[in-house]
Amino acid sequence: MSKSSLKETLKDLDTKKISIRELNQDYLKRIKEKDNLNVFIHFSEENVLKQIDNLEKDNTIKKLKGIPIAIKDLFCTKSMPTTAASKILENFNPTYESFVTQKLLDEGSIFVGKTNLDEFAMGSATNTSFFGNTINPLSKENEPLAPGGSSGGSAAAVAADLCLGATGTDTGGSIRQPASFCGVVGIKPTYGLCSRWGIAAFASSLDQAGIFSHNVEDSSILLQSIAGFDQRDSTSAKVDIPNYFENLDDDLNGKTVGIPKEYSIDGTPMEISQIWEDAIKVLEKKGVKIKNISLPHTKYALPTYYIIAPAEASSNLARYDGVKYGFRSDEIDSLDEMYENTRAQGFGREVKRRILIGTYVLSAGYYDAYYLKAQKVRKLIADDFNKAFKECDFIVTPTAPSAAFPLNEKQNDPIKMYLNDVFTVPASLAGLPGISIPFGKDKNNLPLGIQILGKHFDEQQVFNAAVSLERSYE
Amino acid sequence: MKIDKNTINKIARLSRIKLDDKESEDYIKDLNSILDWVEQLNEVNTENVEPLSNISSSILPTREDVSSDSNSSDEILENAPDKLEGFFAVPKVVE
Repeated sequence: MSKSSLKETLKDLDTKKISIRELNQDYLKRIKEKDNLNVFIHFSEENVLKQIDNLEKDNTIKKLKGIPIAIKDLFCTKSMPTTAASKILENFNPTYESFVTQKLLDEGSIFVGKTNLDEFAMGSATNTSFFGNTINPLSKENEPLAPGGSSGGSAAAVAADLCLGATGTDTGGSIRQPASFCGVVGIKPTYGLCSRWGIAAFASSLDQAGIFSHNVEDSSILLQSIAGFDQRDSTSAKVDIPNYFENLDDDLNGKTVGIPKEYSIDGTPMEISQIWEDAIKVLEKKGVKIKNISLPHTKYALPTYYIIAPAEASSNLARYDGVKYGFRSDEIDSLDEMYENTRAQGFGREVKRRILIGTYVLSAGYYDAYYLKAQKVRKLIADDFNKAFKECDFIVTPTAPSAAFPLNEKQNDPIKMYLNDVFTVPASLAGLPGISIPFGKDKNNLPLGIQILGKHFDEQQVFNAAVSLERSYE
Repeated sequence: MKIDKNTINKIARLSRIKLDDKESEDYIKDLNSILDWVEQLNEVNTENVEPLSNISSSILPTREDVSSDSNSSDEILENAPDKLEGFFAVPKVVE
């Protein structure tokens, strides 16, 4: 591993082995070299240099002082435009800072740029962005692969070593699946752990911010930095945030891992079943008790998600009307014309598809049959996990049903694309924390991910299991 | 088929999204296949199951009932495509 970790870099900065300027010059150089990957929607060298100047004048001690971080372009930032990868926000310059990015700024980190994503985080390949595809840095020459999505730009930024960590958001798998595709660590914490203030909303009962990093230790450091209560997000939880990093403990002796039988699905490649078995064997050797569990409603998670998420999206995205901010169409003979043309021209195909389906399932006469039904099934899915966690401390599954696929595959069939999230969506519906760590490769030498799920607000257990598996794999 | 030409036009109108004929046809196809797919939820017995709308396991805190005025109307208007004398401006609504 040539890539330096956040933990090591903090030590090097502390002992003055390297300066903030030298460190960031190195990252700037790589960002410019890797321009072809289309990782960033917004990148300005001048802006980064200005941040370095300011930090050099700042004598206070800060936890992440000088650390280059990439920000998913769904987080509002005062210093950089925020587009949500949509034409409708093409010219949006937030006048306020999101909670998560403010926390990172307060700790002295440097924002290297805003990363690409699926438009409004709706997608699994970072191919619905108005600003073009992001290319997975692990692609071979002439065979571009998708980085996964929706936070594909952030996952790729970490994988290509263009930053020491990146923010993401996860609604149904948008951190864990791209982490798996790009061979990096991605954590989606418990719903409510990080305030969503200043994050463009997609599906509010599911959206949660999280972190991409090179390894689990770095993930534990960065998650602690962005977590915390905020009264401006009414779902933000008032819980104590432990020092995940200090508390990391890879001794799992006496713990119980749950292995859900419903996650063995037809058509999963052998290699993925294999790494899952390998992970279980490693845990067994560490003295972990293996418990076969059942999550009987797993197969209904995806259809439930694809009613609830579009329904909430159709409501959340009503705000993009060409009045308050963003794009406005030129064809505006009347107010209604202005709305209809602005939204027709401003939104991309997948976003419109989800708004339409969401509007349908919420419309009079269909609400009970679709939306209410989905909320009831969601309750059963959450109850499945509650029951399972009475018998185990954490759950281990594969992260995604495949390795990274070619860039333009699956574009025409929405349902096929939705199936990417089959292993990540259930925990999203239940609001549980989940991490994906690289664990093995497929026959083409592409990384595969293992997902670890924990109880609500038990991120520490998730990190402990993850670091234990990671250390046994390295 | 659940979604026909009339239905898609109605939903598009409710969503304030103008669709051309080609788009309407595509979305009729997409939406029908998605609705057929989610139909499997009907296999699940949800009698006496409470719908889950808020997953948060902690009690949601309330804030003190005091007003806060950031007096930021200039900031709020900064990104407006069209504004006039401290207001958002839109095409004429009343003739």
